[in-house]
Amino acid sequence: MNPSVDRSEYCEGMERIGSDIMENVLRGALEFEPSTFTEHDVRAALSDDSVGVRGFAALLSPVADNMLEEIAVRAKDETHRRFGNAVGLFTPIYLSNHCDGGCVYCGFSNRSKINRMALSPEDAEEEMRAVAATGLTDVLLLTGESRRESGVGYIGECVRSASRYFRSVGIEVYPMNTSEYACLRECGADSVTVFQETYDPKKYAELHLSGQKRVFSYRFDAQERALLGGMRGVSFGALLGLGDVRKDAFSCGLHAHLVQRRYPHAEISFSVPRLRPFVNSPSYVNPVSERQLLQVAMAYRIFMPFAGITVSTRESPSFRNNIIGLCATRMSAGVSVGVGNRVGEESEGQFEISDRRSVAEVRRSLEERGMQPIFNDYVRT
Amino acid sequence: MDMLDLGGRKFRSRFILGSGKFSLDMTKRVIERGGVEIATLAVRRANAGGEENILDHIPDGITLLPNTSGARNAEEAVRIALLARELGCGDMVKVEVVRDSRYLLPDNRETIRAVELLSREGFIVLPYMMPDLSAARDMATAGAAAIMPLGAPIGSNKGLLTKDFIKILVDEIDLPIIVDAGIGRPSQACEAMEIGCAAVMANTAIATANDIPLMASAFKTAVEAGRKAYLAGLGRVKDRGEASSPLTGFLEDI
Repeated sequence: MNPSVDRSEYCEGMERIGSDIMENVLRGALEFEPSTFTEHDVRAALSDDSVGVRGFAALLSPVADNMLEEIAVRAKDETHRRFGNAVGLFTPIYLSNHCDGGCVYCGFSNRSKINRMALSPEDAEEEMRAVAATGLTDVLLLTGESRRESGVGYIGECVRSASRYFRSVGIEVYPMNTSEYACLRECGADSVTVFQETYDPKKYAELHLSGQKRVFSYRFDAQERALLGGMRGVSFGALLGLGDVRKDAFSCGLHAHLVQRRYPHAEISFSVPRLRPFVNSPSYVNPVSERQLLQVAMAYRIFMPFAGITVSTRESPSFRNNIIGLCATRMSAGVSVGVGNRVGEESEGQFEISDRRSVAEVRRSLEERGMQPIFNDYVRT
Repeated sequence: MDMLDLGGRKFRSRFILGSGKFSLDMTKRVIERGGVEIATLAVRRANAGGEENILDHIPDGITLLPNTSGARNAEEAVRIALLARELGCGDMVKVEVVRDSRYLLPDNRETIRAVELLSREGFIVLPYMMPDLSAARDMATAGAAAIMPLGAPIGSNKGLLTKDFIKILVDEIDLPIIVDAGIGRPSQACEAMEIGCAAVMANTAIATANDIPLMASAFKTAVEAGRKAYLAGLGRVKDRGEASSPLTGFLEDI
């Protein structure tokens, strides 16, 4: 077995929860042959009341790429029936860009020569005040993958402040143990986002050269540990473009599906980040077009109609405006992807953002399109 | 006058409007066209003092029916209901306890407990439930003011899939029975009223219409028609075949 998948490669302190979901997803991905599906399979999926794993696979197949219009009709209907015209608004707050991960594609990688910083809890709070003033009540706190520079205690302190300013606090930090998630839950965190990046273990090993992040399997079980630690919601994502797009999207959907079956109360959501085509793309990238991205997002919607789908600020305003209502239900606004940018710090962003619109601008544009911006959709119990 | 009685409060309208799936500035028009007197709202959507607060868009004179969406057990439902009371939503509450994120089907067992706890807190409690007679009886005993069985999974617009079971509740429970979820068209709302339901709630069916206020008005008419039909007493509707020769004719030969 590939080293990063083998649980005997765990670093000291990494918890084992005895889950078999990873094995089932990896097996499912091996058996998934995108080219074997026919138009008939796609239509059968679209006319099925409740689309199963096979239907989901068909929706991701190359032949479905020619049927996007038909797929969009179903996706839009599902979105409308479950969510009406509501679109949740949130924003990320970057706490720290210290990172031990050597992810070759990431701006925060330990090989990038960027200005490293972590907001002090006081500065973090100032940043939170700036965000709260825009009217948002839902935030996502992010750190790089460094237990040393942004420990659980530090994250907990920031979560505690955030829960005073906001109604819903998500965290996107390095994977941790159940007891650590429970501790952050206690501090006021509600949901956990972990991107598996790519579900292809071989590719994963090539791209994640150092740090704890290189252990694929420990990362894979993060959502389960978060739920066992008491989190209300978990979010899944493959960074599309690292591995084979269809396989990664299929694995990510199957991962979320199996977690939902085991934890039926969990609020499940997806993000759909991608590596876009650009001049001189590095050789490890399979650039993903907007058309492919839309196909993936619509397949998630039809497969798991109840799941939230978040669209990234990596995408252009016009793409975001259009994917909202078709299948995405949540978007960030007033985004800054550097640490402390809202309080005057100058640090590089994790990635290039395309949609720089303020909260007020995003809100206006949603309203112009007949959509309903939602600032709050969560109640702490 | 034929009024809907919920825990001693009387309402002329038997069409309860759901909210959250259409823009807030549309709310007032939908309420007017639908002749609505009760509107539900998710406490989780309330944003007191903040942007896009649904509470700011409900016209005066409308009775708010906050729901406990987001609750996974009885205790969470109680906390949300208390929060609703603090927000000024009044004393009526629709209990929703859901432990399933895929179908959003209610958990009857936890719902019964929530009804008990909330009745003790002085709420007028309307539990959303799977139409099950024993559970409905327990909810009635626990102090529910009405029973709100689902017609079909929420948002499915599939209509009265559970019609026969709802009819059993209508026949056996001495409380108003209000069909809560799944109603997709005015004709289905009418059907629920014809069989003796006391009111109908709809949200998705209205939110997904091209002309939302007009659909609200269609529901109003349908609910009224169904109610009148129920009060008038439906004539005999044959749903069984009749034997072509008399089955009891042999008695004459004895």
